Amino acid sequence: MEEFVLMKGNEAIAEAAIRAGTDGYFGYPITPQSEVIEYLAAAKPQERTGMVLLQAESEVASINMLYGGAGAGKKVMTSSSSPGISLMQEGISYIAGSELPCLIVNVVRGGPGLGTIQPSQSDYFQSTKGGGHGDYNLIVLAPASVQEMADFVSLGYDLAFKYRNPVMILSDGAIGQMMEKVKFKPQQPRNKKSPDWATTGKTPDRERNIITSLDLDPARQERFNNKLQAKYKEICKKEVRYEKIQCDDAEYLFVAYGTSSRICQKSMQMAREEGIKIGLFRPITLWPFPYNEIREMAGQVKGMLSVEMSAGQMVEDVRLAVEGKVKVNHYGRMGGIIPTPDEIVEALKQKIIGG
Amino acid sequence: MTEEIIIAGFGGQGVLSMGKILCYSGVMEGQEVSWMPSYGPEMRGGTANVTVILSDERISSPIINSFDTAIILNQQSMDKFESAVKPGGLLIYDGNGITRHPERKDINIYRIDAAEEATKMGSTKTFNMIVLGGYLKVKKLFKLESVIKGLKKSLPERYHHMIPVNEKAIHRGMEIIKEVATVS
Repeated sequence: MEEFVLMKGNEAIAEAAIRAGTDGYFGYPITPQSEVIEYLAAAKPQERTGMVLLQAESEVASINMLYGGAGAGKKVMTSSSSPGISLMQEGISYIAGSELPCLIVNVVRGGPGLGTIQPSQSDYFQSTKGGGHGDYNLIVLAPASVQEMADFVSLGYDLAFKYRNPVMILSDGAIGQMMEKVKFKPQQPRNKKSPDWATTGKTPDRERNIITSLDLDPARQERFNNKLQAKYKEICKKEVRYEKIQCDDAEYLFVAYGTSSRICQKSMQMAREEGIKIGLFRPITLWPFPYNEIREMAGQVKGMLSVEMSAGQMVEDVRLAVEGKVKVNHYGRMGGIIPTPDEIVEALKQKIIGG
Repeated sequence: MTEEIIIAGFGGQGVLSMGKILCYSGVMEGQEVSWMPSYGPEMRGGTANVTVILSDERISSPIINSFDTAIILNQQSMDKFESAVKPGGLLIYDGNGITRHPERKDINIYRIDAAEEATKMGSTKTFNMIVLGGYLKVKKLFKLESVIKGLKKSLPERYHHMIPVNEKAIHRGMEIIKEVATVS
């Protein structure tokens, strides 16, 4: 049996990547996620599974290496942090437009621009609303522990290949840098067989496989757009993931993901000691967003506080979800500052209970 | 049982690795653990701190602002974290370089002159293990054998020959820690 090990979130992603049978990792170092490539380099995945590990010359190059590898039907991934992910947006849009699976990890730091190297959640809009151009969506998974950093690698690949769609793990500097216990799944072998859509060379028994995001005929392009949208609709129906903590008797609700959801659990303990019945709703998929499940909570609670390390991004989706039925407010810190548990309890009192 | 600890000092004192050994010791005894470093443009000589939580239950927030125990290893950290100890909590500090000693009356205060002792022992690198020993004397969190196992887990194999020296340092820390003031 595998035993628990103590690891940073970034290291857990790297080990999980090898174990998930990744064919290729392409990346460029940036704080606060450099431990991913550092760990991989030390772990010598080329000797363990034959996995390719390549430090690209830039983030633009890494994402296009993913595009190529994914086109060949390979399990490929990259990781970066906010400014690096911004550089990748063109490639991400092309990969989505070519319906290719891949895994992109964003260990978010404060922005805009080079911002800071401290944790933030200010890339929510970029990840969930299409950071690149065109009508597309990424499947976005938000881990809240080191264990989930590891688990979401294989989950991410499963979803990516099931829907032929890029998947993003949206983490932040705090989860990337902190250590917790983690247990890994056993080593999965790398896939020997390519998917039937992969461009691995034409054989006489089939037509050519073409991977492109370009179609100059508007009618055909619209048909393709409709097909993409139908896929997204199916994902919204089937792949919403979330966690509800102490929601049964809740009169108020925190809505928070990732690091913020962890801090809110402490705030929840503190508030409950004061007799405030508060629950926590934690979206695990940020896209598809759990609109229906949050709407259901709107009938039960008197108010919701969306807690994010941003100026207030997810709060817009929470408001969309509740359709004005209940008061929704935002509390957050920016610039790499992590809100403290008591600060959040105070915000709950002022912005929701008393406000 | 939940123990929320901040260890704060200079970069290079072994603050982060001391936290890691505590975590691994907890893992050896089946506890839940979290280790949250201050990370940033820090380096040898700059400030460094780590928040460690050991618990029998699932850990909620790895980021907290009050602590059961503060282990303080320089003046900047004293200024920053003395006030963050919960009433009735524990403050352990190394007197080396401290110009303003802790003043709170509602917490338990212990002093350990580990920097001086490490020099005497001829290995300044054992400093953090002396402090760890002192802490484990005051708070009997684990069996010593779990700590040694934790030490083994957190040290790369090439440093395993250093384990006896570290073990000796832990014992020395247990001997030299001094009570300054306690509340019942």
